[in-house]
Amino acid sequence: MNPLISSFLAINPPYWVDTLAKIGIGLVAVLLPTGALVYLFLFKMMSFMQSRLGPMETGPYGQLQLLAEFGKFLQKEDIFPSKADRFVFAAAPFVVLVSTFMLVLVLPGGPDTHFVDLNTGIYFAMAVSSVSVIGILMAGWGSNSKYSLLGGIRAAGQLIAYELPLVLSVVGVVIMAGTLNMKGIVAAQADFGVWFIIPQIIGFFIFMVAVQAELTQPPFDMPVAESELVTGYLTEYSGMRFLLFFIGEFATAAVFSAIGATLFLGGWTVPFVDANAEIMDYIGPLVLAAKMVFIAFLIFWFRITYPRFREDQLQRLAWKFLIPLSLFNIVVTAIFKVVF
Amino acid sequence: MSTTAADDTVVEEAEVTDAVREAIAKAFADELGDAFLDQHITPGRDLWIRVDATAWVQAATFARDKLGMTWLDYISAIDWLPNPYGREMDAEQDWVVHGGGPNDKDAEEMTSGVAGGHTRFQALLRLYSIEEQIGVHIKADLDDSAPAIDTLIPVFAGATWHEREMWEMFGINIIGHPDLRVLYLPTGFEGNPLRKDYPLVSRRVKPWPGIVDVEAMPGADDDADGEATDGEANE
Amino acid sequence: MTTDINAEFDITNNEQLRYIAAQAADARVNVELETEGMTLNIGPQHPATHGTLRIVARLDGEQVISAEPIMGYMHRGYEKLTEVRTYPQVTTLINRIDWVGSFANEVPFILAAEELMEVEAPPRAQYIRTALFEMGRIANIMLFLGDMAVQLGGVTAIFYAFRDREFVLNQIESATGGRFHPNFNRIGGVKDDLPAGWIKETKSSMQKVRDFCDEMEDLVVGNEIFQARCRGVGIIPADVAMAYGLSGANLRGSGVDWDLRRDADSPLAWKDLDWKVWTHPDGDSFSRYWVRLQETREATYMVEQLLDGLPAGPVMAKVPRIIKVPAGESYVQTENPLGAMGYYVVSKGELTPFRVKIRTASFSNMSISPWLLEGVLVPDIATILASLYFILGDIDR
Repeated sequence: MNPLISSFLAINPPYWVDTLAKIGIGLVAVLLPTGALVYLFLFKMMSFMQSRLGPMETGPYGQLQLLAEFGKFLQKEDIFPSKADRFVFAAAPFVVLVSTFMLVLVLPGGPDTHFVDLNTGIYFAMAVSSVSVIGILMAGWGSNSKYSLLGGIRAAGQLIAYELPLVLSVVGVVIMAGTLNMKGIVAAQADFGVWFIIPQIIGFFIFMVAVQAELTQPPFDMPVAESELVTGYLTEYSGMRFLLFFIGEFATAAVFSAIGATLFLGGWTVPFVDANAEIMDYIGPLVLAAKMVFIAFLIFWFRITYPRFREDQLQRLAWKFLIPLSLFNIVVTAIFKVVF
Repeated sequence: MSTTAADDTVVEEAEVTDAVREAIAKAFADELGDAFLDQHITPGRDLWIRVDATAWVQAATFARDKLGMTWLDYISAIDWLPNPYGREMDAEQDWVVHGGGPNDKDAEEMTSGVAGGHTRFQALLRLYSIEEQIGVHIKADLDDSAPAIDTLIPVFAGATWHEREMWEMFGINIIGHPDLRVLYLPTGFEGNPLRKDYPLVSRRVKPWPGIVDVEAMPGADDDADGEATDGEANE
Repeated sequence: MTTDINAEFDITNNEQLRYIAAQAADARVNVELETEGMTLNIGPQHPATHGTLRIVARLDGEQVISAEPIMGYMHRGYEKLTEVRTYPQVTTLINRIDWVGSFANEVPFILAAEELMEVEAPPRAQYIRTALFEMGRIANIMLFLGDMAVQLGGVTAIFYAFRDREFVLNQIESATGGRFHPNFNRIGGVKDDLPAGWIKETKSSMQKVRDFCDEMEDLVVGNEIFQARCRGVGIIPADVAMAYGLSGANLRGSGVDWDLRRDADSPLAWKDLDWKVWTHPDGDSFSRYWVRLQETREATYMVEQLLDGLPAGPVMAKVPRIIKVPAGESYVQTENPLGAMGYYVVSKGELTPFRVKIRTASFSNMSISPWLLEGVLVPDIATILASLYFILGDIDR
């Protein structure tokens, strides 16, 4: 039972209430940052960087645009391409979403604020994030369209190629922290004194590049290359299903940013504040959110600026550059950990 | 290479001759012999030569290899038949509605342009030399009943599309073209639009609005040079 | 299911039938998989092709076996239409061939008609024509500079392009009345003189264009990913380019030093200006982008020189109100933004031309694409077509 909830509410709710509460909070914890990211970065930051205003009509400064988009997508016709594999086509967005929502489970929000305290936290996160590849392949295949198929196959190649640098870049952090537990990693950063981004700057760079590729954001958006494939594996999706993919894309961005903040930017800790203070239970999530927004800002900034790689250049970057670099990072980290 | 290559020898008010283009025409004449039929030079501007259709490829090859004209400008055709549809600009009223006019048109003689020609269809080719900055228009008369010309693809690879357009728009058969399909028109289109006897459908439906209302320009009633105001219906 | 395939075939044996049916289905799939590649239709409705162009690409995985553009979705039959239009009406019509650098479309036709009429526009008109021509070029190529980045995925550049293009289009509009279709040329000159204050404003807009060019040089040309996508992609050797009739920056990007503004004898004011022709030896997509970027900057300097040296005088020569062009044939070709555009005007002495052959740059530029697109990867199709830079109206007329 989560000590936070029990101490806060001074009651001991039964397990099922507890679980329901966690599910609700989990959904909010994913969807709220997603919405914030979509509005802040996709609508506003992208627009400002492109010297235009973005949505301004719906609500003050277009703040209700998300609501409007949600309503718009809901009332659209649910189109199934003829000869599409109905089950595969319908299930694909859910597979992607499931992997995203499961990712948020391991995020620590404070010394006692967490959903589940897994000892293999980051390992679980990396494993679960790979499930979305299946979802994308299902979307590409099930659409029965050549554009989607090309997009899906490109996605498969790209996402699998960039799994390795993602995992290897995290290994450096794990070595420094000495544990796979996410809370332990945060605590190790508090102990170490300086956030892991400083000693693990190479790892951070690799992590950011790999996350950009995992999210199929430009410069790695070959699967969704607009000027060739319309929207790649998303081409045949419309209405609510498209919205699910859309939410999935930004939710994954949010969650990966939060994971990056936890691993490299000290999670919910604030410098000069004791990591175990009880106040951090309440402020921690907000701090984590702020750091997540910063990392998401970096991701979207690259997205808006860079043209996209061709897949062979993309694959070459992953296999011939990022993986050796991350292995090098691991070796150096290990040496430093042993020597000092 | 940066100055114009046209060499004008101005002889007071007399004839302006263009020595460079004369030389090029003579080179063609020497090469093609009997197949070289006619030439026309607008001094300082351009050169036209007319060759026999059988010497089409030979002329182009000669221009490319010996005269340095390696740049393909375009290949097209001209249909010299006078327009049999009478709704033209000079009509004082709509002939189809009010009669008169078109009967004269039927008797109008078909004339060809510069460098002569006897047939209705003429193929037109322009080649250009970037080194010398000089180009040549090559015309060839085509058979009236079954117009056909050899393909220039062996000489200039870029001739493909130009010849396809020529084929679909004029109905000129391109002999030896590997891939004669329509370029602009939908598959299965019947007719050759750029032929003069192919009607411009919008004009059959609706006359030129100019016949109906041409107003005098405000304050500009005098015509400079005293040109007659033919073909203008003043309401 | 265990089926003894060596057993005697018995039509009533369901197991055997099922087995054979499964084998047949398998064989069909195998036969299907043996076919040569997948045929992918790119367009004509596509978010990022330049208009209604359709490319039929046969792919083997990601590699293109053959790619062929299919045009004609926008064929408006200009050559037929010009036969029933008076010369001023033709001017209005041909504006719309290359609708981005539209003033430039009118100029060769007007020059051809003026040649047949033996009329010369006064010097002030020629200067104004040249200035607007170059501004049309600037507007056209600014679009290209942003658009090629978008085709490659860098979505931001095109917004800057459109934003800064507005300055140029505003100037064109204040002089001619039309942003996109000025219709300002008349046989014998231009329609009107320039409005007051136009020269000063145009010069300041030229400065903004130069700032934009510097920005593009930083944002796009200097971008490593852009270079990786463009360098070595779509190399056109110079002799192949000439055989296909490529022109403009496509030819200059392959190292051929040819520019009709400098080399052809034109009544427009280019020979009075001090400018240079940019070429690049590589012949790949990057070099075509780079040449166009430099050309834009050069054009801004040319416009400023033109406006500095603008002669006084009338803007229209004395021509009859009803234009009847004497019989003859003439051909004028100018260096339009997209390449070399020419009009072959056949006149029989009437109000309307007898035949106008419109030689457009994009038609010849695109004719090389089947040859060029063989064997490249699918993303390179976008790069190569973007670097060849065509406008659909120019291809389809």
